[in-house]
Formats: sequence, structure tokens, C-alpha cells
Amino acid sequence: MPYEYLDDIATADAAFVARGDSLEELFVSAADATMNVMVADLDTISPAECRTIQVENDAVDLLLFDLLQEIIFYKDAESLLLRITEINVSDCDGILRVSARAFGEEINPRKHELIVDVKAVTFHHFRVEQAPGGWEATVILDI
Amino acid sequence: MISTKELRKISDTVWEIPIGYKQGMRVPARIFATEKLLKEMDDGVLEQVTNVATLPGIIDCAYCMPDGHWGYGFPIGGVAAMDTETGVISPGGIGFDVNCGMRLVLTHLTHDEVKPHIRNLVDRLFARVPAGVGSSGFVKISQDEFRVVVEEGAKWCLRNGYGWNEDLERTEESGCVGAAHASKISDKAVERGYRQIGTLGSGNHYLEIQVAKPANIYDPEIAEAWGITVPDQVVVMFHCGSRGFGHQVATDYLKVFLKVMEKKYGITVPDRELACAPFLSPEGQDYFAAMNCAINMSFANRQVILHRVREVFSEVFHKDPVDLGMHQVYDVAHNTAKLERHPVGGRVREVLVHRKGATRALGPGAEELPAIYRKTGQPVIVGGSMETGSYLLAGVEEGQKTFFSTAHGSGRTMSRRQAKKQFQGKKLLQEMEARGIYVRAVSHAGLAEEAGPAYKDIDDVVSATEAASISKRVARFIPIGNIKG
Repeated sequence: MPYEYLDDIATADAAFVARGDSLEELFVSAADATMNVMVADLDTISPAECRTIQVENDAVDLLLFDLLQEIIFYKDAESLLLRITEINVSDCDGILRVSARAFGEEINPRKHELIVDVKAVTFHHFRVEQAPGGWEATVILDI
Repeated sequence: MISTKELRKISDTVWEIPIGYKQGMRVPARIFATEKLLKEMDDGVLEQVTNVATLPGIIDCAYCMPDGHWGYGFPIGGVAAMDTETGVISPGGIGFDVNCGMRLVLTHLTHDEVKPHIRNLVDRLFARVPAGVGSSGFVKISQDEFRVVVEEGAKWCLRNGYGWNEDLERTEESGCVGAAHASKISDKAVERGYRQIGTLGSGNHYLEIQVAKPANIYDPEIAEAWGITVPDQVVVMFHCGSRGFGHQVATDYLKVFLKVMEKKYGITVPDRELACAPFLSPEGQDYFAAMNCAINMSFANRQVILHRVREVFSEVFHKDPVDLGMHQVYDVAHNTAKLERHPVGGRVREVLVHRKGATRALGPGAEELPAIYRKTGQPVIVGGSMETGSYLLAGVEEGQKTFFSTAHGSGRTMSRRQAKKQFQGKKLLQEMEARGIYVRAVSHAGLAEEAGPAYKDIDDVVSATEAASISKRVARFIPIGNIKG
């Protein structure tokens, strides 16, 4: 599993550690971990709709923050459950850019086993760092 | 677990952490709790309430209410009043779910009259008040109209037929705070929120049908003045907030403040979630205007839900909601920063009171209260876990010591994942039904996370507020029907 939930960090909320060999893999894992807080089985999300997500920031942690916020945004704005399938992270003169395509479909309580809504990504213990063999992020979501 | 060694006992329910506890503290911190509740609190409370005490412009003390637990920036249950000229405003002192709050509605019906209809009522409410992940409501408006809603709050709802005139005076701030400017909110916030008016959300948000048993009326005089007059009277209580709109406003400005706080204003804080800006700075004023929009969205949300509740009861009992006595008792806000007038240093002046997971509780005689509550003090609605019941309290004169603030709920003691391991949603549903509580939930897993033992004992929390003289008991309600996201 490229992500695992942490039991004792956030009493009222959800915390996870996500990992990836590359920044791209890490970001896909973290997006899935966020979606998996809301939907029990990610395989039930069919790739019926596509959204292009582009975010940029000069700090790598804030870049992930912005990307996860996009996933949360589409859940409310268009009732879309999205998973990132294609992603590229580039560095243009110190500005980091994510260009991603996310596929998914509208929330359907008969099809998707829903758990709990995510309100926001928080900065509490929020970390993105290089780890042996790749990248690791710690994220706490407000429920 | 908090060790009492670090604290100075002021009384059985007030514990002080002196300025010397941590570098940068400008004022002491005070936790309002019994020794038992204090020992149940996580260490995060101590850490966070003392962090709050370092914020520029904080007046008197940083406070934590008896239901306090670890939060982001401020602890949940955190209260801090800031000097409007020298102080800061911080989204971490308000929370992501701006104006998450409680509303309480009466009926003339008794438990015996409702019992045969409870399934029908709960099923219909479940259909009419959407709950759960990403749900949208029945109010179909354009994004432009939504910008009007967030400036007008519950007043917009009344103009559009969703409520009674008296509902407004029975809502904190009359359901609309001023200085709410839609020009200060992002398009993203509007897009996230404009379809969500009239929705509950999920997590600890719920709508409950409850009973006031005669044995659970603690102050019969006030209960009667507030319309609780019939033995086993049925009431409706719900808890929800500003939905995706408020969450986006908080996130937008958290990012703005992180950019300017240190570079532009030279303010350093011990935790990024305490990001702030001077209240009078352009960024501080912009956030205040945007946050006020989120406060208004939440008032509008609960006003529309009230309208739906009245519709459902009217259909089921074939009576007009007026004849069913469906008056609103009050609507209280939990997560806000508001300009209020309080005595500071011997004179009454305007201060910016941050309350995060805390309720305003004005005492008798407060000018801000409508005539019907001026003699009794403000109704304070405290939600318990879905299994154990909830309280109606009244504000008291002595509440001045916390800028008239008290507890907001029972407060979690068990993590969501631990609760899911320990309880099974389906089984819990059956057990609750056997105990006379009919529940409809969007998610069984979500339901398990909200099991009663995951929360503190609400009786302990309420007793502590009474012993500390920050509010007093009026009535306790037992759930008989519940809707969860």
C-alpha cells in the first residue's frame, strides 16, 4: 500500500503517511489516500469524467497541499470523485508545476460506499520530504 | 493526558498555566475543567492553548472550555479575545467549518404522539435534508445569487419564503453579520458552496428528534419561558456549518496569511495553523469580510434546513407548522471571530472574540439578546453524542470571565479509526433502534466513528460549565430519531 493511515495523531480527524519512488508517485498516493477517507473502495470509481489539474508553487509541500485541495474542490463543486492517473511535476526556475489528469465520476451513494467528508487539508504536522528510496508525505485532513 | 503538575489550581474547575510555561506567552492560559475532564484531555490542549497565549494583542487569558481537545492552531474549545487595534485575526482560531453551529426547534407534540410516526419522520427528513460526502441541496440558485446569500445570511431565506420572521431574532446575530463582502471571497469558494445550501454534511453533523422528559428539566422556570411546557415534549436539534464554502474561505486565507505574516508583519507563531495577520491590516480585514460571508452562509444553511424540518412535520401530522408549535428556540454559532463589546480593564470596549468549538453564552440583561431572552440569559445548545443526549443551557452573569463563552459539545476522546475498529456501523444501528433511537445514516462506517463511547461524558462537561459558572443547565434531551451524514 503506498499510503497508511495513522491512528493516534488526530483524534477527531484523519491522518496518513503516503510514499512514492518519485514526487509524481507520492502525489498520486496522497490523492488516493485523501479520496479513500471519503470512499471505502477506490476501485468502485469508474473513469467516466476527466479533469485537468494544474497547480504551481515554489515549495514542494505547498504544491501537494494545492493538489489535494483540488481533489477536495471537485468533490464539492461538481460532486466528482477523482483519481489522478497521469501526472508530471516540473521545475521552471524554482517554480514547481504539477500538470495532472484526473479521472472519476459523480458521487453515487448506491454505487460508492461513502465514509466521511473531508473539509480541508491542514498544515498540522504537514510534511513532504525525501526519504530513503523516494519521497514521503505526512498529511492530516480536517473531517 | 494532561498532568496537573504543570498547572496552578485556581478552583475545582479552573486551572491556570502561567506565562513562564512557554517562551513568548503574553498572557496566562486557563482551562475550565474538572480534574477528571482535565486528565482526559490530550496533551495537545496544553500545547495549543499556550500557543494561543503568544498571539499579539490577546487580552486577559487564552481559554479552553471543558469539552476541549486537540485542534488545528487553537484547541477545540479555545477562546481568545483580541485587541482590535493591536491584535491579530487567525483562521486557526475559528476553524475550517466557519459558523458550524446548533439550532433547536420546538414542537407541541409529545413522545407518545410522535412514536408511531418516528420511522416516517426520520425517513422523510433523511430524504429532504441531504447529508454525506459532497451532497447538494434543493435550493437552486446561480453563483451570483449565492453571493447575495452570503451577504444577507438567514435574511435572504426569509425573503425567499424559507422561514418565519421570529426565526431571525432567535438566531445569534439575527442570522446575518455585517461587514460581509462577497468581493473578498474566491470564485472557488463560491463554486464549492453554491449548491450546498440546505445540506448537513458529515462527520459529527446530524439532525435529531429528541424528547424532554420531566426528570430532565433542571430549571422549570426558564424551560417554560423558552416553550418547554409539556411532559415528554418533542424537539428537533441539528448541527451543521458553512459546508465547502466555509472550508474554502478558511483554506484561501490560511495561505494568504502564511505568505504575509512573517515577511510583511514580522509575526512569528509556534504553529503554521496559527497563521494570522493584524486585524486592521488589509489581509486581516479581507479575511474578516470573507469569514463573515461564511458565517452568513451557515446561518442560511440552517435556516433552510429548519424550513425543511417544518415541511416534513407538517406533512406527517397533517397540520400547519404553526399549529404544531414549531418555534425555533435559538441558533448558536461555534466557530467564529466576532466584534463584541466586553468590559476590559474597567471599561467596556470592542474586542475581537475568537471562539473555536465554543459557544457564546450571554447572561441575563445582555443588550444583544432579544426581549424574550433578556431576563433568562441566552439559550445555549450543547450537542452530545448521538447515543447519549444533548443539553439546553442558559448563559449566566458570571460568564463575563470567559467573554461569555461556554462549551459546545462533548468532545471526542477516541480517534475515528479506533472507533471504527471497536464498533460496527450496522450493529450499532440495530442496537440503537432496540434502545428506541431510529437512525438513518448515509454511511455505516461514518456512523461507527460517531459511537457514544468515542466522546466524553456530556454530563461531566455540562456539570463543569455549571461549577465554573459559565453557563447553567435548563434541560437535557434524549434522542429518539437521528440522521447522519
